Amino acid sequence: MRKTLIAATLVAVLAGCSSQQAPAPQNATDASFESKLQEQLLDAKPGTVIDIPAGHYHLTRGLSLRTDGVTIKGAGKDQTVLSFKGQVVGPEGLLVNANDFTIENLTIEDTKGDALKINHGKNITIHGVRTQWTDGSQTSNGPYGIYPVKTQNVLIEDSEAIGASDSGIYVGQSNNVIVRNNRAEQNVAGIEIENTVNADVYGNTATNNSGGILVFNMPDLLMEGSGTRVFKNHVVANNHDNFAANGSAVASVPAGSGVVVNSNPKVEIFDNDIADNKTANIIVSSFYSTNYASKTGVAADYDPYPKGIFIYGNRLKGGGDSPSGLDFKTLKIAMFGIGGHFPDVLWDGYSDPKFTDKTLPPQDRICIQDVSGVVDADGPDGYKHPNTDMKPFQCTIDKLPAVTLNPEPKL
Amino acid sequence: MVKSAKHAALLALLLLSGCHRGLPPAEFHADGKPAKLSDWHMVEARDGRLELNAGVVPYNLNTPLFTDYVHKLRTVWMPKGVSAKYDAKNTFDFPVGTVVTKTFYYPRAADGKFSDVARTLDYSGDFVGQDLNLASVHLVETRLLVRRKDGWTPFVYVWNKEQTEATLVRTGDVQALTLVGAQDQREDFNYVVPDEGQCVNCHEADMIGRSILPIGPKARNMNREYDYGSGRENQLEHLVAMGYLMDMPKLADVPKAADWRDPSATLDARARAWLDVNCAMCHNPNGEASVTGFSLGADVPEDHHLGICKSPEAAGPATGGRLFDIVPGKPDDSIIMNRIGSTRPGTMMPEIGRSTVDREGEALIRAWILSLKGNCDIVH
Repeated sequence: MRKTLIAATLVAVLAGCSSQQAPAPQNATDASFESKLQEQLLDAKPGTVIDIPAGHYHLTRGLSLRTDGVTIKGAGKDQTVLSFKGQVVGPEGLLVNANDFTIENLTIEDTKGDALKINHGKNITIHGVRTQWTDGSQTSNGPYGIYPVKTQNVLIEDSEAIGASDSGIYVGQSNNVIVRNNRAEQNVAGIEIENTVNADVYGNTATNNSGGILVFNMPDLLMEGSGTRVFKNHVVANNHDNFAANGSAVASVPAGSGVVVNSNPKVEIFDNDIADNKTANIIVSSFYSTNYASKTGVAADYDPYPKGIFIYGNRLKGGGDSPSGLDFKTLKIAMFGIGGHFPDVLWDGYSDPKFTDKTLPPQDRICIQDVSGVVDADGPDGYKHPNTDMKPFQCTIDKLPAVTLNPEPKL
Repeated sequence: MVKSAKHAALLALLLLSGCHRGLPPAEFHADGKPAKLSDWHMVEARDGRLELNAGVVPYNLNTPLFTDYVHKLRTVWMPKGVSAKYDAKNTFDFPVGTVVTKTFYYPRAADGKFSDVARTLDYSGDFVGQDLNLASVHLVETRLLVRRKDGWTPFVYVWNKEQTEATLVRTGDVQALTLVGAQDQREDFNYVVPDEGQCVNCHEADMIGRSILPIGPKARNMNREYDYGSGRENQLEHLVAMGYLMDMPKLADVPKAADWRDPSATLDARARAWLDVNCAMCHNPNGEASVTGFSLGADVPEDHHLGICKSPEAAGPATGGRLFDIVPGKPDDSIIMNRIGSTRPGTMMPEIGRSTVDREGEALIRAWILSLKGNCDIVH
C-alpha cells in the first residue's frame, strides 16, 4: 500500500510537472502532412516520385532531401502550396543536396530563409515552381526564391519568383545553366546569375523588381563566372525600391536597373525588350562601384572588371529618366537636365589599369551596338568627367555558343 | 507543494537507488530502425539513474557545440575485436559496429517545474563516473550515430515525461522549456529536437564526398582528461587502453584544441576553437557553407578566407546592414556578430540547433574581434 502510494506520487510529480506546449499554430492535418512528407523525403530512393496533392499546407520545419534521382511533384503552382509562415526551424523551405533532382508544379511560400535551395548537385530541373513572400516586398523576407548553387546542368523554366529580399531566381557558382520562360517580380533582383559559367537566360519576364536581370561576379568565392547570354527577355519597369539589407550584394543595385553586368566576363545581351527602367535600361559596372571593395578582403586573382561584354540588337525604350542614388541623379541632371534622361547604357567607367585602350585584347572589350547612347559615368574620378563618346564601344566580339543541357531533362 | 515534490523525489531516489541490476550486453543493429533507445543497451534509465553499459565509454570535448545550454553525455562503444584508427586532423576512422551516443539533458532548476531547466555552464556535478542521477536532471533526447556497413546512420530518441525510456522520433519535436539562471532569471524557449534531415545538415561536413561523420571525436578536441570514477585519465589514452583506438602517437605529439573557457589559453586559441566547433561543420571548403567562401575551421588563415573584410555571399537580410563578415576591432560592424546574436531562423548561425543565444560564446567572439588588428577601408 505504502509502496503504491509512493510510486503514484513519483509518477504524478514527474508527469504532472511538464506542461510543454507545441508553439506553432499548426493543426493536426498539417502536422501529419508535414511528418509524412518529411518521411517521404528521408526514405526516398533513386527513382522515387513524391506526389504532393493539391492543398494549402502549413509547415513548421524546413524540409531537406539528400537522395539522388528524386522527383517532387505538385498538382500545380496554384493548387499545391507549401506555406512556411509558421516556420519554427531551419531557414529554408526545401534544402536539396542531390543529383538528378526534379521539382515541379508547386509553390513554396513565406520561408524564413531561402525558399528552394539546391546546394551541390548535377542535373537539376525546376519546372512550374513558384516561390513567394506573400506580405509583399520586405527586407525581412528570405533572400532567395529559387536558388541552385554549386550545381551543374540546370534548367529553371516556367517558374515564378515573387518578393525575395535578394534575388527571385538566383543561380550561383554553377555550370551549364538554362533559365527560360520564367517570371520574376517584386524582388530586389529579378533574376541573378552569379559566378556561373555558361548560362543562357531567355524568354523571361522581369518586371517591378529593383533590378531586372543581373550577371555578377563576386570576389572570394571558390569559382568565378563567365559566359552568360541574356536574350529574348522582357525587362520592363524594374523600378521597385531597393529593399535589400545593406551589405548584401544587390543592395548596391540602383532601383530602376534593367539588365546589369557587374565584374563578369563574357556576357552577351541581345534581342531583348528592355524598357522604362528609370536608372538605366542597361548598366555595365565593376565591383569597385558597389562600395564593397575592401583591399583586405579581395582575393588577389579576382578580376573586378567586366570584360568581353557584347550588347546588340535589343529593342530599348524609355528609362534613364529618374535614376536612383545621389551620384547618378546629380550626373543625369548635370548632363541631360531635369527633364532629360540617360541614354540606354550606363557604364561606371572603371577599366583595368593594366591595359590602355590599345592593348586591351579585342575579345575583352565592351562592345555596344543599336543603342541610343552610352554614358561613361567616370566613377573612378568621382563622376566628375563623364562623357557620351560612343567610339570606344564600336566593336564586335565573337558570339558565345548556346548552352546545351546534357543530359536533357526528362519531363 | 514545492516542498512535497522535493520530498517525493528524494524518497523516490532512496527507494530506487538500492536495486542496481546488470544490463544485457550493448548491441549493434546492422540495419533497421530500432524503436526504443533501450534496444541498443548503450545508455539506459534504470532505478532512477541513467546508466552506461559495460564497454560504453563516456567522453567530453575541449570545446563543445552550443545547444541551448543543454548538457551532453557523450559515449562511444565498439564491438569486440575492432578499433578506431587515429587521425591527427579529421574524425577518427571508426570501424563498422561503432555506436556513438549523445544524451541531451538539463540539470533541473531548483524547486521548479519539470520544464524549468537550469542555465548553467557548471558541468562538474552532473556526471561523475558511470551514471547520472535522474532526480536532478531532465533528459530531453539521446542521439545516436551508428557506423553501419554503408556509413554512419543517425537516430534520435526522445525521452518520455516519466524519464524511463526514449522513443525513436524521425521527424523532429519541439518542446517548450524555460531556462532558469543562477539569479532566477527566466528565459522561455523552444527546445528543438532535430529531424533526421537536420542531423545530416550538420554531420555531412563534406558535401562533396557526401559522407555523414561524427563531429566531436577528433584528436584535438578529445585530448583532455576525464574523471572515470576511478580517477582522472587522458581520454585518448583511455580509449587506447580499452582497445578502442589504434595508431595513436605519443600523447605529446597529439594536437590539443583550447577549452573555450580556459582562462589560461590565449583569446585567439579559445575563439578559434569555439568557431571551429560551432561553425566549421558547415563553414569549411567542402561544407554546406562553402558557397559563401567563408571558412571557420581551426587552420583557416586569418584573411578573407576567415571572413576578414569579406563581403557576404548569400546572407540577404541577415547582414543586419553590415558590410563584412568580420571587421577587425569592430564587432558591431561584423556580420558574424549579428548572426551569433540572433535566434531568428534565417538570421541566426548556426542555422539550426539552437533557439537561444550562447551569451558566453558571443562575448568571447566579441572580445576576439576587438583584439584583431587592421581595417576594412573601402577601395574606390
